[in-house]
Parts: sequence; structure tokens; C-alpha cells
Amino acid sequence: MIISMLKKNFSIIVTILLFVVLFIAGAATYKGFLNAQVFLNLLIDNAYLIIVAIGMTFVLISGGIDISVGSVVAFVCMFSAHLLQKGWNPVAVMLLSLTVGTFGGFIMGYMIHCYEVQPFIATLAGQFLYRGICYVISTESISITNPTYSFIANYQIRLAPKMYISISVVIALLMVAVTAIVLKYTKFGRNVYAIGGNEHSAGLMGLPVAHVKISVYALSGFCAALGGIVFSFYTLSGYGLQNIGLEMDAIASAVIGGTLLTGGVGTVIGSMFGVLIQGIIQTIIIFQGNLSSWWTKVAVAALLCLFVVLQRVIETKGQSVKQQKKAAV
Amino acid sequence: MTAKPLLTMRKIYKVFPGVKALSDVDFTLRSGEIHALLGENGAGKSTLIKVLTGVEKLDSGQIELSGEEIRTKSPKHAQELGISTVYQEVNLCANLSVAENIFIGREPKKNGMIDWKTINSRTKKLLNKLNIDIDVTQTLSHYSVAVQQMVAIARAIDVEAKVLILDEPTSSLDATECEKLFNVMNQLKSEGMGIVFVTHFLDQVYAVSDRITILRNGELVGEFLAAELPKLELISKMIGKGYDVLSETIKNTDNDQDIEKQVYLRADKVLSIGNIKEFTLDVKKSEVLGLAGLLGSGRSETARVIFGADKVSSGTLYIKGEKVNLGKPLDAIKKGIAYCPEDRKTDAILGNLSIRENIIVALQSKEGMFKFIGRKKQEEIADYYIKLLQIKTPNREQLIKNLSGGNQQKVILARWLATHPELLILDEPTRGIDIGTKAEIQQLVVELAHGEMAVIFISSEMDEMLRCCTRMAVFSEKQKLGELEGDEISEQKIMKMIAGGNER
Ligand SMILES: Nc1ncnc2c1ncn2[C@@H]1O[C@H](COP(=O)(O)OP(=O)(O)OP(=O)(O)O)[C@@H](O)[C@H]1O
Ligand SMILES: [Mg+2]
Repeated sequence: MIISMLKKNFSIIVTILLFVVLFIAGAATYKGFLNAQVFLNLLIDNAYLIIVAIGMTFVLISGGIDISVGSVVAFVCMFSAHLLQKGWNPVAVMLLSLTVGTFGGFIMGYMIHCYEVQPFIATLAGQFLYRGICYVISTESISITNPTYSFIANYQIRLAPKMYISISVVIALLMVAVTAIVLKYTKFGRNVYAIGGNEHSAGLMGLPVAHVKISVYALSGFCAALGGIVFSFYTLSGYGLQNIGLEMDAIASAVIGGTLLTGGVGTVIGSMFGVLIQGIIQTIIIFQGNLSSWWTKVAVAALLCLFVVLQRVIETKGQSVKQQKKAAV
Repeated sequence: MTAKPLLTMRKIYKVFPGVKALSDVDFTLRSGEIHALLGENGAGKSTLIKVLTGVEKLDSGQIELSGEEIRTKSPKHAQELGISTVYQEVNLCANLSVAENIFIGREPKKNGMIDWKTINSRTKKLLNKLNIDIDVTQTLSHYSVAVQQMVAIARAIDVEAKVLILDEPTSSLDATECEKLFNVMNQLKSEGMGIVFVTHFLDQVYAVSDRITILRNGELVGEFLAAELPKLELISKMIGKGYDVLSETIKNTDNDQDIEKQVYLRADKVLSIGNIKEFTLDVKKSEVLGLAGLLGSGRSETARVIFGADKVSSGTLYIKGEKVNLGKPLDAIKKGIAYCPEDRKTDAILGNLSIRENIIVALQSKEGMFKFIGRKKQEEIADYYIKLLQIKTPNREQLIKNLSGGNQQKVILARWLATHPELLILDEPTRGIDIGTKAEIQQLVVELAHGEMAVIFISSEMDEMLRCCTRMAVFSEKQKLGELEGDEISEQKIMKMIAGGNER
């Protein structure tokens, strides 16, 4: 029983183990690394990426891809900064950002499903569009001075003396918890897996393919917009060049967390650890002190290769199990 | 017997580009009957089902369910109306667990959340009814095609439905599994369900059906009571001409010439751990060697070892007297062996390529990338096999995914025939293929053997084996029991060997 549980969750266990190993390695090498706040900072610094990666995970499980999210984050920051500068109500700005993000995702999903546009192309168009609008708003960086935003950005939730997290972390963790439940325990979540496994079959089984597919992109748009809001708390500014390539970080996180790009397999918990692994590599490099932060990318590249190979190995293992089972029947 | 119509379809028309799939077809299903829907490959059976369940849009026609006119918009809609379907192509998600495949779309809930415990336990019970004992939380991809087919059936029979449609449900099942299925079908029938049953196994038609509707070329031939339609008449109605080839034996007649046949391949004390126990087998040129036995007896495993798809644990293979080491299928292909596998349905079909491309692909890879086969040549080859195997298609450039299930099978068969191998291994080559073409394929196999080729033939249908094979190796429980040759071959002998093998 326990063994079969382990087997089924093999790739996520590997991901979590890797995170633990990296943490221990960091702690063993550098003084001051073994500090709860170092871990909490990981969450604080990467809250926005965790949120974006959640939406990406849904899209990837459904067998699609969404490369617009990086631009959405930049757009939301820019757009919020601009509106706040004009004196808009901060709550209205947040709600509007979420609506725009969700609606944009919906439109892309609609194109992908109803006109059979390749997800890559449809979301590439979204990427250009959002990025373009950023520059239309302003080519300069706009800073956010709104008191509500500043308050949220600077508020520290004390967990213990000298241990705190930001509101963004709470938002991110809540999102992880809610979406994990959605994926495992709701019809919508299961349909996402079914469609990623075999869209044609899912349709024949009577599942609402169109609805689910479009919703997944809308959800990804929502997550990206929420990630954007959280990111604007983090930087308190909007700038058109921000977060170029963020979508790739999100995809990398999902893959490291065990999501298959071919669809049908993945978890948000895994993706969260995928984000944290990238974060911890960065932290280690900062502690090391001499290496350029681009080494993070090198390490992540190596990890990606490792995980993709690992997944292949697991898959072929599964195949051979099947052969043996067949022979045994 | 109740005769109240449960479902009526009237004047159904459906045209695909270049193909009149259905024209003016009527179909009536009564509650409490099993109704066989028969016809050749491409006759329009699956299409009739698909317009009924809303997978394809119907061009014109009327459908009434329990006296009310309906127009199904999608498979989901059809399910809601009480029509439960197992489609010809296995329609499950291999990445989900067995239990989830059965319950997805209608998951039981507790406190608004999916109740996995109930799903798993109910699945276990349901599958036990069908004599399947497997770990239902395991992903479906772990299991064989036969198990997957049973899971699809289990899903369809578990929902509350008035109409159950089974499009070739038995194509991967063995005799005992079929028996189980028929019991369940009869049970459901007695509860008043109307069941539509599509198959190419005519014995199964007579075993369970009350009524038969026959289609030919998208047109209705007629509706008959099974008890009043003898088999030969049924066949001639299906193919539209008299059928007498069946009785003729088509085996090599030059058997009596007693020429010493050259041994092409010898498996000497070969053993593959977990697959097949030690066996010795000669495969000779110019003969059709049958591997007989029940499903899972080791006949397919033997073929796989010879093809290099399973590892040889001990023993040696010789080709033309020379020791060879076939580590992987490509080695075998290079040596001139071709293997048309049993579960072609899922693996082998390159859906978005044309018929021509699907036929040429194995030949091209055998010739090597740099010896490009000219377009003209490709077309000739494709046309030749389309004609030979009576592949029903408007032209050779049709995408294979647009063909009927049986015609797709024919294309895959053509792919391996086109490589002109020295040894051709056919594992269930006539599965899902209609009776007319079956005879055609059998004829072809025998002819190929005449022309120097060595053929290994595996089939679950005994009469097909008897018609084609000049020598037979009999298997049971992963073990070769012995061989029969020439006049020794008979159904009783084989059965006796298998039964004897089991006693030991
Ligand atoms: N999507 C499609 N596009 C074009 N033609 C199609 C399509 N689907 C089916 N056809 C054609 O319609 C005809 C009827 O096909 P159908 O699948 O109904 O046959 P079938 O009776 O089920 O045969 P089989 O016994 O081989 O399953 C065939 O000639 C087939 O090529
Ligand atoms: Mg069919």
C-alpha cells in the first residue's frame, strides 16, 4: 500500500527531496543559511511566481501552453501603476486587473478551442499584445505611491520573533491550497486531467471539453493577473521591460515539479516546489557571493534536463511493467 | 417478447467529403432486445452510431427515443438522454486511474468534494462482476488492451441507460471474457434495456442477438430475425453477392510434392524469462506456420521474441543457419522479418498522414532514409494494396483517421505486406476485418507463402487457422506443447493438446 503510494507520487517526492537536499547542502556550506527567515524569504521573493506557475500548471495538464503570462504580469503592474497615479481606488484597480487578466485568458482559450489555433500561437499573440500595451501606457518606469499598496507591501505577518512573511505569501499559499483541492476533488479539476490525457476520448465520454479548455486559459489569465498584483506589491512600480521570460520560469517550475508537457500529469504542489528549487539555487548563489546570478539559469537548465530524462525513464519503466503484466495475465 | 420501439431512426443521411456514409437508413431498436448491426468495413455502422450519439452531425433524418423526437448535440447530451456507448476506438484516458475512467463525468460526491473512496470501492465491485481483479487505483496505461476494453464496457453498463451501444466491444477479448460480457448483456436485456451490438464475429451474433440489421455501402439492406436468417444468407446479404469461398480449403496444395522445405529461422532452446518458457521451433520457407493457443498462451510472446521485441534470456536464434542476435526490432527488420502486431488499433496508426504515407512508411525505413521511394512508385504501391485489400476510400490521399476502423486495420496490414519480408509474422491480422476481406487476406497469406516467403500466422479464430496453416505449433500457459503437420491438423487435436497441457 505504502509502496504503491510512493510509486504513484514518485516524481513529486523526488522534487521535494531535491529541495530538501539543496537546503541541507546550503546549510552545511554557508553560515547563516540555516535560518527560518532564509526559507521564508524564498516564499516572499517568489510568491508571484508561485501564483503564475499555478495557472501554468493547469494549462500544461490540459495539454496546452500559455506563454502570455510574463507579459500579463508586466501589464498588470504597469496598468495598476498608471491608474493609481491617476488617483483610482486601489481595490477597483485590483479587481479591474483581475478581470482584464481573466478575460484575456478567456479570449485566448476561445480562439484555441473554437478556431483550433495552436495554443502557442494564440498566447504568443497575447504576449505581444500585453507587452505592447505596456509601452503604449509608458516607456518609462512608473512608481506606485498609493498608501494602500505601500501598506500591503510593507506589512509583515510575524510568525515568531524574527520570523515574518508578507501578505503575498499568504495569498500564494492560499492559492496553492485551493487549486490543489480543485484539481484533486472537483469535477473541473479531473476534467482538466482527462482532456490532457486524451481530448478526443474525453469528448466521447461526455465531458464538457470546450468549457474546460476555455476555463483553463481564463484561470491562467487570472493567476497571471493576481501574480502581477503581488509583483506590484513586491516592486511598487510598473515597467514595460519587467518579467520578460517569466513564462519560461513558470513552465520550468512546473516541469521540475513533475508536470508533463504532453499533458495529463502534474500537481500544483509540485510546481510550487519547482519554484522554490529555482529560488533556493539563486539563494545559494547569492550566499556563495562570487558567481553571477546567471548561474542560476545554468543550474536550472541542468535540472530541467535531469527531470525530463527522469520522467522518460519512469515512463518506459511503466511500459515494461505493462509488458510483464500482459504476460502474466 | 416485447416489440415496443424504444429507438427509431428514419431516413438518416450523412455525407463526408467524397463519401456517402449513410443514405436513407432506417433502424429500429426495441426494449429488451439485443440487436446486431452488421455490414462490411466502411458500410456505415459506426457512422450510424455516431450520428445517433451526437459525435457527428446528421445531414437529415429523424430520431425518436421512447416516442419523442430527439436531436443529440454531443456525446454528453446523448448520455443525459440515456444512451450509453462504447465506441469502436477505445475511448478512455490512459493517464487516469481505472476507477476514475469509469466514474469521470458522474463522480459521487461527499460534502461537495469527489468521494474517491466510494469511486474505488464501487469500481472494484463492478469489475468483480466481470471477473476482473486488478488494482483500480493504478493508471489505465498499465493494463493490456483487453482490460482497457473491459473497463470501457464496465463504464458503459454502469450508467442508468435505456440504450446501450457496443461498437465492436469484443475485438480484443478472449473467449471467457466474451462469455462474461454476453452474460451481462443478457442480464441487461432482461431488465428491459435495448442493446445495439456491432461485431465482425458472426458466431457471436448468433450467440446473443435477437434481431439483425444489415448495412451495405451506407444503405439499408434490411432487418431480420436472427433465428430466421442462416449464416450463409447473412453473409451474402452483407457482401452483396453469393459467398461460397468459405467451404473451400485454400491451403497449399503442393503439400504432397514433398519437397524438402528450407528452414529460414530456427529458434534453438530459446527462453525469455517472464514471457515464454524454453522452446525450439523451425520456421520454413514457403509455408504458413500457425501458432495456436488461447489468448495469453505464449503465442504472441513467441512471435515477439523472434522479432527481437522481447529479450532472449537463453538459447540461440539462427537465420538461414547463421547465428543471429536480435537485440531490437530494427535488427530483425534489417534481416528481413516483418511483424504486424496484435494491438495495431492504438499504436500503429499515423492519424494525420494519408493512406499512401501510412503504407509506405515501413518500406521507406527498411530501404533507409537516403533511398527515397519516388512519388510515382509510392502511388503504385498504395493503389495496388487499396485494390488488393479492398480498402474503402475515395482516394489514396485520404487521411487514415477518416477511414472506418476495419479499413484502418487493412492499411496497417498493407504497410507490412509492402516491405516484402522474408519472414512475415501476422498477429491477429483479420481482427475487426469483415468476412469477405478475411477470406481475401487468408488467400493472400497462402499465396505469399507459395512465393518463397515464410509466414507465421496467429489467430484466435480456429477455422481461419485451419484454412491457412500447413503446420502448427500449439501453446498453452507460456509453453510450447508440440507441433502438428498436414493431415494431423484438426480442431479436436489442437483442443486435446491444449487440454492435456493444462492437466500437467
Ligand atoms: N470523419 C470522416 N471523414 C471522412 N470519411 C469518413 C469519416 N468517418 C467515416 N468516414 C467514411 O464513412 C464510411 C463509413 O464508415 P464507418 O466508420 O461508419 O464504417 P463501419 O461500418 O463502422 O466499418 P468498420 O467495420 O470498418 O468499423 C467509410 O467509407 C469511411 O471512410
Ligand atoms: Mg466501425
